[in-house]
Amino acid sequence: MLRRRLNRLCGGDEKRVDSRTIYVGHRPCPDTEAFIPSKFCDNRIVSSKYTVWNFLPKNLFEQFRRIANFYFLIIFLVQVIVDTPTSPVTSGLPLFFVITVTAIKQGYEDCLRHKADNEVNKYLVTVLEDGRSVKKESEKIKVGDVVEVVEDETFPCDLILLQSSREDGTCFVTTASLDGESNHKTHYTVPDTEKDLQALTATIECEQPQPDLYKFVGRMHIYKPEQEPAVRSLGPENLLLKGATLKNTKKIYGVAVYTGMETKMALNYQGKSQKRSAVEKSINAFLLVYLCILISKAVVCTTLKYVWQSKEGQDEPWYNQKTQKEKDTNMYLKMFTDFLSFMVLFNFIIPVSMYVTVEMQKFLGSFFITWDKDFFDPEIQEGALVNTSDLNEELGQVEYVFTDKTGTLTQNNMEFIECCIDGFQYKHRDTWSEVDGFTVTDGPVNKLQQKAGQEKEELFLRALCLCHTVQVKEAGSEEVLTDQVDGIDEMRPQLEEERGFIASSPDEIALVKGAMKYGFTFLGLESKSMKIKNRENNIEEYKLLHVLNFDPVRRRMSVIVQTKSGETLLFCKGADSSIFPRVKPEEVDRIRMHVERNATEGYRTLCVAFKQLSAEEYAVADTGLREARLALQDREEKLIAVYNQVETGMSLIGATAVEDRLQEEAAETMEALQGAGMKVWVLTGDKMETAKSTCYACRLFQRGTELLELTLRTLEDERLKREEKLRELLQEYHRKAVQDAPPVKAGVTRSWSTANQDYGFIIDGATLSIVMNPQHEVDASQYKSLFLQICQNCTAVLCCRMAPLQKAQIVKMVKTSKGSPITLSIGDGANDVSMILEAHVGIGIKGKEGRQAVRNSDYAIPKLKHLKKLLLAHGHLYYVRIAHLVQYFFYKNLCFILPQFLYQFFCGYSQQPLYDAAYLTMYNICFTSMPILAYSLLEQHISIEILLDNATLYREIANNAMLRWRPFLYWTLLGIFQGLLFFFGVRFLFSNPALQDNGQVFGNWSYGTIVFTVLVFTVTLKLALDTRHWTWINHFVIWGSLAFYVFFSFFWGGIIWPFLKQQRLYFVFANMLSSVSAWLVIIILIILSLLPEILLVVLRKPRGPHSRQMAAVTPLSYKHLKERY
Amino acid sequence: MMASSYSAKEEDGHHSGSAGLGGTAIRTRKPDNTAFKQQRLPAWQPILTAGTVLPAFFIIGLIFIPIGIGLFVTSNNIKEFEIDYTGTDMSSPCFNCSQSFSWNSTTPCRCVLFFSLDQPFESNVFMYYGLSNFYQNHRRYVKSRDDSQLNGDERSLKEPSKECEPYRTNENKPIAPCGAIANSMFNDTLDLFYIDPNGTQTQIPFIKKGIAWWTDKHVKFRNPSSSNPNLTAVFIDTAKPVNWRKPVYELDTDPENNGFINEDFIVWMRTAALPTFRKLYRIIQKKNNMTPTLPRGNYSLEVTYNYPVRSFEGRKRMILSTISWMGGKNPFLGIAYITVGSICFFLGVVLLFIHHKYGNRNNSSDIPN
Repeated sequence: MLRRRLNRLCGGDEKRVDSRTIYVGHRPCPDTEAFIPSKFCDNRIVSSKYTVWNFLPKNLFEQFRRIANFYFLIIFLVQVIVDTPTSPVTSGLPLFFVITVTAIKQGYEDCLRHKADNEVNKYLVTVLEDGRSVKKESEKIKVGDVVEVVEDETFPCDLILLQSSREDGTCFVTTASLDGESNHKTHYTVPDTEKDLQALTATIECEQPQPDLYKFVGRMHIYKPEQEPAVRSLGPENLLLKGATLKNTKKIYGVAVYTGMETKMALNYQGKSQKRSAVEKSINAFLLVYLCILISKAVVCTTLKYVWQSKEGQDEPWYNQKTQKEKDTNMYLKMFTDFLSFMVLFNFIIPVSMYVTVEMQKFLGSFFITWDKDFFDPEIQEGALVNTSDLNEELGQVEYVFTDKTGTLTQNNMEFIECCIDGFQYKHRDTWSEVDGFTVTDGPVNKLQQKAGQEKEELFLRALCLCHTVQVKEAGSEEVLTDQVDGIDEMRPQLEEERGFIASSPDEIALVKGAMKYGFTFLGLESKSMKIKNRENNIEEYKLLHVLNFDPVRRRMSVIVQTKSGETLLFCKGADSSIFPRVKPEEVDRIRMHVERNATEGYRTLCVAFKQLSAEEYAVADTGLREARLALQDREEKLIAVYNQVETGMSLIGATAVEDRLQEEAAETMEALQGAGMKVWVLTGDKMETAKSTCYACRLFQRGTELLELTLRTLEDERLKREEKLRELLQEYHRKAVQDAPPVKAGVTRSWSTANQDYGFIIDGATLSIVMNPQHEVDASQYKSLFLQICQNCTAVLCCRMAPLQKAQIVKMVKTSKGSPITLSIGDGANDVSMILEAHVGIGIKGKEGRQAVRNSDYAIPKLKHLKKLLLAHGHLYYVRIAHLVQYFFYKNLCFILPQFLYQFFCGYSQQPLYDAAYLTMYNICFTSMPILAYSLLEQHISIEILLDNATLYREIANNAMLRWRPFLYWTLLGIFQGLLFFFGVRFLFSNPALQDNGQVFGNWSYGTIVFTVLVFTVTLKLALDTRHWTWINHFVIWGSLAFYVFFSFFWGGIIWPFLKQQRLYFVFANMLSSVSAWLVIIILIILSLLPEILLVVLRKPRGPHSRQMAAVTPLSYKHLKERY
Repeated sequence: MMASSYSAKEEDGHHSGSAGLGGTAIRTRKPDNTAFKQQRLPAWQPILTAGTVLPAFFIIGLIFIPIGIGLFVTSNNIKEFEIDYTGTDMSSPCFNCSQSFSWNSTTPCRCVLFFSLDQPFESNVFMYYGLSNFYQNHRRYVKSRDDSQLNGDERSLKEPSKECEPYRTNENKPIAPCGAIANSMFNDTLDLFYIDPNGTQTQIPFIKKGIAWWTDKHVKFRNPSSSNPNLTAVFIDTAKPVNWRKPVYELDTDPENNGFINEDFIVWMRTAALPTFRKLYRIIQKKNNMTPTLPRGNYSLEVTYNYPVRSFEGRKRMILSTISWMGGKNPFLGIAYITVGSICFFLGVVLLFIHHKYGNRNNSSDIPN
């Protein structure tokens, strides 16, 4: 938010202009009107929130914006201003403590940010000024400066590459810290710039800063004396982003275009919106109830006070005269202050410490996730990562799991399986016998042992070798990258020379490697010419003319190359659906069969096509492409138009099948999640057949599952229009899955393995967009609700052909549906970020597709299989822990304050506190806080192994089961029961206050101390009863805090404290312990108040399968859990 | 709490969770395989089942019922005699005193009540005065004292705490002891006479020491400048509380029981918990083993009626009680213990029944799962 404000400040007026003009090297240009040095923001990165001066006010302001803190502040102020029963210290001290700790934590974090900022801002960079290189601090770079960057340095701001030390005017860059892609990307200098940068006079016109890392549009005007100014288009390939690192290039010069907070990197780090967990919402609801209790208590007391006082002689008996000031006060004002006083007296019912404890529990608890060695993946040498600790308990509440397919369910570890050339199937085997490396299998399709012609084969393989954007890693370059190349290298030692390929997509590597197995080796790209080694070990060279990049809309890519002989060829590869319409129809049929069969086997298929371009055709395409690339506006659209125009009339030469293996234990994990009552939805950009086969492989769909398909294919109908058919199908499916299904019992008791027909639902992106945005607005809500109802009754849903944004749309739709279920998204790639951010819990997989997903996730795990433990064990435990923590906190404060409320009836509604101020303050901070904190960190009411073995246990806590109104009511009633018991038990004892064997009597403070002692012991023992997992820490903390209470009471009553105005508790505790009656009443009250709890635990019928297993553990004996080595 | 925001350190490729969670150290190294970090600490896992709880119920029942009976018997054996001498009733001997009460009267009003004890009080007898509808626990009242003054602090003697208002100063002199509690000290004098069958009255000797907590008497309450035995001189510049008849240094003739360390005063200063309360007044010590402390027979109680309670509809009473190890007479504890013990025992029986009848079936029904 702050950054946005900053941007606005930096941007200033020029924000209104669509583009900015930059004078390279601040040199005025001859042609244009007078040189106006426009103001841009400087290159300082400010990520810190505070400065030394504004820290205190600003931090305090932000902290008191929280409702809870503000409430406590108000209470504190009331105590300071109004004459209240308890001293301001009792609420001021805890509040001060909380505020200070938070401030210190935030201050420290900000300090780190300052340090990091300084490191970046004070970094020395070389700037060319008037022909000299000047060392400057990074923050002093201005837009228009020409900056020098040497190898392995990061770029200090966004630069347009002007000059590179490499011959071909390129430089290599890794953007690992930006988007996680560790491959080397090639960036190009602006063509035709002068060798001598000093003589370069140019302006750059480019768009205003925007966060998209992969988009940049600009134009450079180069002015040369006595020449027309040359115009060059600038694209993302010319832009070097701040944060990226220069690799493999000695040094480069570039001109700064965006600086400081306007760099793409800074714009990309917009703070994530904070997610709130369901537990937090419950807390707020309970808080409201308690606030009502609090206010009604205060109102009741105030009313009764004035009723009582109206009786003669009660208000001001002779022994208890009011002060003059009190007498003078206005009656209504007095009523109001009385009300406030009661509020203050009872305010402990809403404890400050609960917030602290909850935060601490979340913060400390999340360490168990990072520490879990089961989440450690030896391959990437990393464990789980927790980005937010606010959502720990949400992991135990997940109802819908949205998973990506590629890289999440599958390994994204591509392996070339087979290909089909001209209708003939070629299956590669490791042990091939034939010289040329081909093995022809007799597929079911092709009974005859046939091979396509030699020519076709070679054309197909050349196409595989040429049509890609793979780079060959230079020998002897960084070691780090060797691991990054591909998993295949390690798994399968290759006979050919080790060769590292770098590509943005693993498919491409798999294809290039596949071609390699068949004898065609891609040697690399050097100054626009691609070299391949053919089967005869001859080097063939092709001049790379154009790359028509891959994009998810077109779902294909092409290259245009020129052979030695001067022929111009276009090779295109892409998804079947995008290739088939663009080739000759008669070629399609032969290959379609293969493609479909491969797809059902779960392979990723690509079709390869080619086209020979005549000189004229090429000339047209060339100019079209160049023009489109120069366009400042709508460049994307124009490019796509040209691409589509070029990629027509091709001839299909073959198809490839690449296997994407399932993740380890993917099926088991999915089964466990379904068993836990979660609905798993697969959202993928992949095609339906592939995705479906993955779903079968993962056992999301089973043999008995009836599939309801809602795709473009099923929508095709001669009679009806698409939308009508859609409505028809929706209604039919709805009848099947929703209306005919026997009504399922709501809640956790629902049995999963009913004999009901399981339904699986399949929808594709195009159909989804019709569902979401039908032609008639009126239908929208109807379609949506039908769709949702069907989905909710299906065990698994597969959404294929999804665009990233559609994924988020689906998540949002489910999230906002009836009952607002808790959703979880898991994915590994940049295309999953939107759904990760949208879902309640976002999980990133530290996969191959960069770190985008990890960075935007709430939790990151190395493998899909870890999701099972994360949800079933960690999530379950965290939920139980925090739910118990919350309920317990409200309960213990209710029975803490209830006696105090009841005491008002016996002290003339005078707001006399029952307990001493020290007890009031320390109750929540010291005496009862540690046991519950330890409980909420360590409790395992069911051991982790059992939780993992019985996924159904997860359902017992579904729908926020422990924080619903029923359990809340139970806890509240328990608190009320105990509070009444404490107060009246002691009240009856005090009907004769001579409790000592020497006839001496006890006073009001003894009364309070007895109640308080019973309270502390009962509340702690109640927790002890609830604890199912007694580690030494629990023992230490529970018995320790009871001992501490006793010790403290002795100590507090043992000394005449000089700073206290009244020595109320002097020897009260010791005297109490010298009275046998006090002991007896304490014991009986504790036992009596715990009795219903014990009874309930015993009588509650043990349910579910775990009870049996738990009983197997010998009761009342130490169970030493064996460590798994 | 951990709201992630852009932090500049991420530029170097350290993607540390913003608040240092999962920092680089954890990221790159394998997590420690310690029992604590893996949540595998050895643990005791008690399970409350009918089987485990049953014996506990029986034991509680078996212990509590005898204790309860013991308590009940003890409480019943305590002899207690109570007499109301407020004088609200026309027939009461103190009616006149209560009617004609005035703060300014110089001659004390006396009245005598006659009563008889049906049973002899064998051991030491404790004499209490009881007040009803007297809110000693009213907040305004409870805080109206200055403990440092009572602790002998010279400065507080001259400059009492603000809390004592409106009983802080009188005629520009600081009041000692200040505050509403001290001001309203109970000042009736009670004397007890035994009336022989032949009509002669013998006064029963009282002991007035040992009625306050030892620590109060010796530590919490102290006379200012204890080196000076002349209390009159010590309190020279102070005023007596408004409603007192005599200044604080004339409470008793015994220097060990005078001034702030007067035990009647200390007892009064320990504010009662409830509006109906009793406070220890005197102790009647047992003379020898042969004769009871208070034999059966007739007694007269002579009251010097100084303390007005009618204005707030209060009641005054005198209580004679013997004391046991559990304190004064109070059947509550005994009844409570017997009840709880019986409930536990009963529940034990019920649970035993349930356990016996349903325990096996539960186990068998689980097996098909």
